[in-house]
Amino acid sequence: MRKTRGTDKVKIGTPKEVTEGEARVGMTPDSARQLQKLGYDCAIESGAGQLAGFSDATYEAAGVEIVKTAAALWKASDIIAKVRQPNETELKRLNKQKTLISFFNPGGNEEGLELAKSKGANVIAMEMVPRISRAQKMDALSSMANIAGYRAVIEAGNNFGRFFTGQITAAGKVPPAKVLVVGAGVAGLAAIGTSTSLGAITLAFDVRPEVAEQVESMGAEFVYLDFEEEQADGAASGGYASVSSPEFREAQLAKFRELAPEVDIVITTALIPNREAPELWTEDMVAAMKPGSVIVDLAAEKGGNCKLTVMDEKIVTENGVTIIGYTDFPSRMAAQSSTLYATNIRHMMTDLTPEKDGQVNHDMEDDVIRGATVTHQGEITFPPPPPKVQAIAAKPKEVVPELTPEEKRAQEVAEFKAATKQQVTLLAAGGGLILLAGLFAPASFMQHFIVFVLACFVGFQVIWGVAHSLHTPLMAVTNAISSIIILGALMQIGSGSYLVILLAALSVFMAGINIFGGFLVTRRMLAMFQKS
Amino acid sequence: MEYGFTTAAYVVAAVLFILSLGGLSGQESAKRAVWYGIAGMALAVFATLVGPGSGLWLLSLLLIAGGGTIGYQLATRVQMTQMPELVAAMHSLVGLAAVFVGLIAHVELGRVLAMDAEQKQALEGFAKLLAKKDGTEVSILRVELFLGIFIGAVTFTGSVVAYGKLAGKLTSAATKLPGGHMLNAGAAGLSFVTLIWYFNTGGFLPLALMTLAALFIGYHLIMGIGGADMPVVVSMLNSYSGWAAAAIGFSLGNDLLIVVGALVGSSGAILSYIMCKAMNRSFVSVILGGFGGSTGPAMEVEGEQVAIDADGVATALEEADSVIIIPGYGMAVAQAQQNVAELTRRLRAKGKEVRFAIHPVAGRLPGHMNVLLAEAKVPYDIVMEMDEINEDFPSTDVAIVIGSNDIVNPAAQEDPNSPIAGMPVLECWKAKQVFVSKRGQGTGYSGIENPLFFKDNTRMFYGDAKASLDQLLTMIQ
Repeated sequence: MRKTRGTDKVKIGTPKEVTEGEARVGMTPDSARQLQKLGYDCAIESGAGQLAGFSDATYEAAGVEIVKTAAALWKASDIIAKVRQPNETELKRLNKQKTLISFFNPGGNEEGLELAKSKGANVIAMEMVPRISRAQKMDALSSMANIAGYRAVIEAGNNFGRFFTGQITAAGKVPPAKVLVVGAGVAGLAAIGTSTSLGAITLAFDVRPEVAEQVESMGAEFVYLDFEEEQADGAASGGYASVSSPEFREAQLAKFRELAPEVDIVITTALIPNREAPELWTEDMVAAMKPGSVIVDLAAEKGGNCKLTVMDEKIVTENGVTIIGYTDFPSRMAAQSSTLYATNIRHMMTDLTPEKDGQVNHDMEDDVIRGATVTHQGEITFPPPPPKVQAIAAKPKEVVPELTPEEKRAQEVAEFKAATKQQVTLLAAGGGLILLAGLFAPASFMQHFIVFVLACFVGFQVIWGVAHSLHTPLMAVTNAISSIIILGALMQIGSGSYLVILLAALSVFMAGINIFGGFLVTRRMLAMFQKS
Repeated sequence: MEYGFTTAAYVVAAVLFILSLGGLSGQESAKRAVWYGIAGMALAVFATLVGPGSGLWLLSLLLIAGGGTIGYQLATRVQMTQMPELVAAMHSLVGLAAVFVGLIAHVELGRVLAMDAEQKQALEGFAKLLAKKDGTEVSILRVELFLGIFIGAVTFTGSVVAYGKLAGKLTSAATKLPGGHMLNAGAAGLSFVTLIWYFNTGGFLPLALMTLAALFIGYHLIMGIGGADMPVVVSMLNSYSGWAAAAIGFSLGNDLLIVVGALVGSSGAILSYIMCKAMNRSFVSVILGGFGGSTGPAMEVEGEQVAIDADGVATALEEADSVIIIPGYGMAVAQAQQNVAELTRRLRAKGKEVRFAIHPVAGRLPGHMNVLLAEAKVPYDIVMEMDEINEDFPSTDVAIVIGSNDIVNPAAQEDPNSPIAGMPVLECWKAKQVFVSKRGQGTGYSGIENPLFFKDNTRMFYGDAKASLDQLLTMIQ
């Protein structure tokens, strides 16, 4: 997109969110500074950052133009970066020159897509950023899920009448809270991390057994099922969970039923892309829980993992279990989530501006940009083709078969035999050669030769023990002692003609340089090696 | 003085030299070991001066003192980054000394053989030793001194060329004269012919021809080896200087020369072997120069090199708990070791675990990096060898690659067609994040594309290593 109108720079604008209760904002003073470095102008609607804790003044200080009304902002901006899915009024403000970057819910927002298409605008839907490593920096779903997971634990704690961590106090013993996290995606892992660091005993479950390692690395215990079925590898479905078989589901529910009376807090995060959330925490499980327990259902927006969940509300069941169905966890931490979201947007802009020249290059060949773009130049480009790069999951570990003691023993014996054989062969060959030499060479030569062979042998034995880190000093010191050649020169210097004396003198001189230089430099080096 | 005393002194000196090399097995014992070496050398020189066969000892002492002064100056002034050059230059001196000593032996042999029995009786010193030899022994002596001169000459020019390459005075790329290895083979063949000639006649001409041929071999062989293979070259020349001394020892009938020559020779041979193994290449292929041709098209490298600024690196380092630094020749070139050490100190002061991973062939000399880090006062117990640390990369937060390339190239493991396939490498890409400090986007000495730079967890920190680290240090307090 080349800038053709009015001012000379492409302008990125962020309006105030219009959705009720939405506190986030799509641009922060920090992200604005970074965007300006890319060559863009930034504008923001007056008061847009207020609820997230960013005043107009801080934006102004970051060089952002403050625009009074939403209408003026949409008009003035070439790129609009916002958080929530735009409403009809907003979409009608788009035109051919404009690009919109926001959450868009393209799967369930056909009218929106049609409207954007008819306006000819380019729309980049942040939830469509493919889940590949390269795109992690702009994966807004993950950054929001991370916040949701954290906040879910905090909300649960807020409604839970006890400590998370076990304590033994003068006033009596407090047992630790037991937290079950269902679904170990980004939100689940964030919840696990928060919960374990608060000191609760944390259990976690996921249908993808390959995440057990991640769960355990966060300090939680992975709940295994006694069930023999190959689960589809999450990597095949872009890193997301897929639907499980009825038998598997039964085994899973049975396990949850068993856990229900023990756990104090349940955080469910199980979502399957483009589907109703699976029911995992049934009514009888809720009934089995202790009074005062808390359930936080992060899947409330898609119907909830618990059927009793009421979206956007907190309810208390008859047996005293609190069920939290909020869907605005990120918005409840607007400062944090705005910062992360704005950074995601900034990274998206960085990818859209490969030349850093303030000109958008909407490259539909790029996997990430193609995947996230839902309308482009008057066309609906959703759903995108599958990305070329698959999310990479941990390969199943190759199991090295344990050797039985007999096998080990046999192996050792075989190795020993091989080594013996090699040594004997070498010795025999070496000995044979020396004997052969002895047959022809005179005794005076053989005397020296034996010294030579022994010295080589000692040399080999000794040098293998030298530490790798001392190889340079070794070279310097061997260099110094190889000037033992001075002995030869010294022996000859007194013998015969001037030519001999001259050559020998030169040799002595050079060897002298070497002896002093070599030893001194070695000493200098060795003195430097210090222990911490 | 009695002949017996000299021999006894030689035995003690030989034992001291062995202890001196053996003491290098640990950093602490090494400090003692160097004194053994010095004592051994002093004893050997003293015993030779007072022993049979030497004369003009005042001149000798003056010359040693003169050479010693120069050596002292060199040793105290040399920068640690210049160690490879210094070592190579000193090898050339040993090589040249060996050539001279061999030539003297030839001259003296000729003089002694021309004498009649009466004159022989009147001889002293070295010539007297020669006079005692019978026919076979003279022939063997000829072979010995021939070999001594040959190896010495190869060592001499080889070391001079290696010095030139390491000091940047010659191009470090592998260059060959037209004809390539055929020239070397020709020169070697000529040397062999002259050996037979010399064996039979004992004339000076074949010896001179051979010396020229050997000088040429040394020059051309080392010119044909690229900069990255220098660790092997230097240790090989180290080995040669030892073998030259041993060969001269044979011709002079001096056991101490033989012992020390053999010790040095085997030490250099083992170092060369270790270096070759670390590159997964055979000794022959290194000596013949250049990387072997690949067996198929190299793997396509996908992705892009993502740059990062000092700010980003600083942030990541602040957050990291464990850091591994992988230095390479680039660090030596940029003289960045002090900055690296300062960074290490600051990070360690913050309670982070900082370690160094040293590949055996990092730098231009075996153990080059260790010496540079030691100079910058990095404690040696956090400087690890490849085998010690390779397993720890997956649990490391940040790996910083400073001026190294091939030794961290994942193609060695992933791409069977890569010229360095099978070479053991530092698996730094398994760390959570990798920063590569590098001057520009080009490939290294070997010219092999490095997929590490394109990995998702790799960020390129472009710029001169020293300048980059300076910048980084202002951000990490």
